Amino acid sequence: MSPFIYVRDLGKRFGALTVLDGVSLEVRAGEALALLGANGAGKTTVLRVVATLLRPSRGRATVAGLDCVKEAEQVRRLVAYVGHGSHLYEDLTARENLKFWMTLADAPVADDAIQGALAAVDLDRAEGERVRRFSAGMKRRLSLARLLLVRPRGLLLDEPFASLDQAAKKWLAEHLLAFKAAGGAIVMSTHSFGRELDVADRVAILAEGRVVLDTARAGLAADELQRLYALHAEAEA
Amino acid sequence: MSFARRALIVFWKDALVERRTKEALNALVFFSLVLLFVFQFALGPDRERLVALLPGLLWLGFVLSGMLALGRSFLIERENDCWEALLLAPGDKSAIYAGKLAGNLALMFTVEALLLVLFTVFFNLDLTGVLPALLVVVVLGTVGLATLGTLFAAMTADLRARELLFPVLLLPLEVPVLLGTVKATEAVLSGEGLAAASHWLALLSAADAVFVVVGFLTFEFVIEG
Repeated sequence: MSPFIYVRDLGKRFGALTVLDGVSLEVRAGEALALLGANGAGKTTVLRVVATLLRPSRGRATVAGLDCVKEAEQVRRLVAYVGHGSHLYEDLTARENLKFWMTLADAPVADDAIQGALAAVDLDRAEGERVRRFSAGMKRRLSLARLLLVRPRGLLLDEPFASLDQAAKKWLAEHLLAFKAAGGAIVMSTHSFGRELDVADRVAILAEGRVVLDTARAGLAADELQRLYALHAEAEA
Repeated sequence: MSFARRALIVFWKDALVERRTKEALNALVFFSLVLLFVFQFALGPDRERLVALLPGLLWLGFVLSGMLALGRSFLIERENDCWEALLLAPGDKSAIYAGKLAGNLALMFTVEALLLVLFTVFFNLDLTGVLPALLVVVVLGTVGLATLGTLFAAMTADLRARELLFPVLLLPLEVPVLLGTVKATEAVLSGEGLAAASHWLALLSAADAVFVVVGFLTFEFVIEG
């Protein structure tokens, strides 16, 4: 089976600064890859290149065989990206935000579908409130609710568990496992070695723009992973 | 259908946020009042001077308030990285431009209507006889300002020096619109009618047509960087 997300020899420079230096990764449908690494290791840059937000300086990234630079429009229909920003308008309500983004994505905007997505992230009672009054965790949940409605085939998540309380983390982990089981591909960056990593089938450690370790998650305990991280990532830094 | 639906939702979002916050409208109304006080103070009661300067003053008010409105039209997209999500939304990006342009036009027309009323009150003018002709000039001039202004606002939204660069880039290209509007307004206010300013109106219409086409064709490249 050919990989759903394929990254080969990816390089990215911002002026004199090299952020990515020959990153190669593959993620198949139904698989989740966790990117670990210190701040500035290049995790977010990899996600942004695959999401079509950045053009690589060298190398290639594809999604379902589609080039992330030349066929960006088609790639955008296949993957959804959730970055550090919530992508929410503070002076619209939760429901209005979902309606706006669904319409802009040309997705069907059924009231009961929006209601269902809000209920799934436990925000149905706050649907009429302006996002400005939401906590950081509520905003995170609402931006994840958007993914339920868009139904992408791949998810690119930049620290998706940040700002979430325990219940929301559990909900997200369950949702990601269900998404994988349905054949979806996930690439997520994280700083956590905890239970959030149970979602991942593979773990890649990045250091100074290079993949220093790409290994299966199964059978890898958190302390063993931390030892490997210290060995590879911190040694490089 | 999809294009219109997507353009309409962008307009709906901007209008709803403005209706709730009134950020732009409050600032523009206050700015207009200050501007009129300054004009009134500078010109005094001399009607002859006023008649000669009125077209320029009117458009100075429209352009300055328009620049304020246009310059901040993409700032809402910077909050929470919404700009990023707009870029990632699949489909024709010019629908976003159309929605933003409609929002800017609605805001500018509202402020211009208010400015016109205030001008008549502050300077004791009677515009009833020339109002239909004046509205033609105002609509053509505002479309010219808003089409290019919306494009340049998108272009400079992510720049650190956007407050400086936005007018510096925009105003030189708006020279045909500024000339056409002031000259056509002069003809209308002096009672000569639109026929006397037909060549200025032709220039305005041509500039509007070019700016609309440029706006729709280049917006995607502007936001893709």
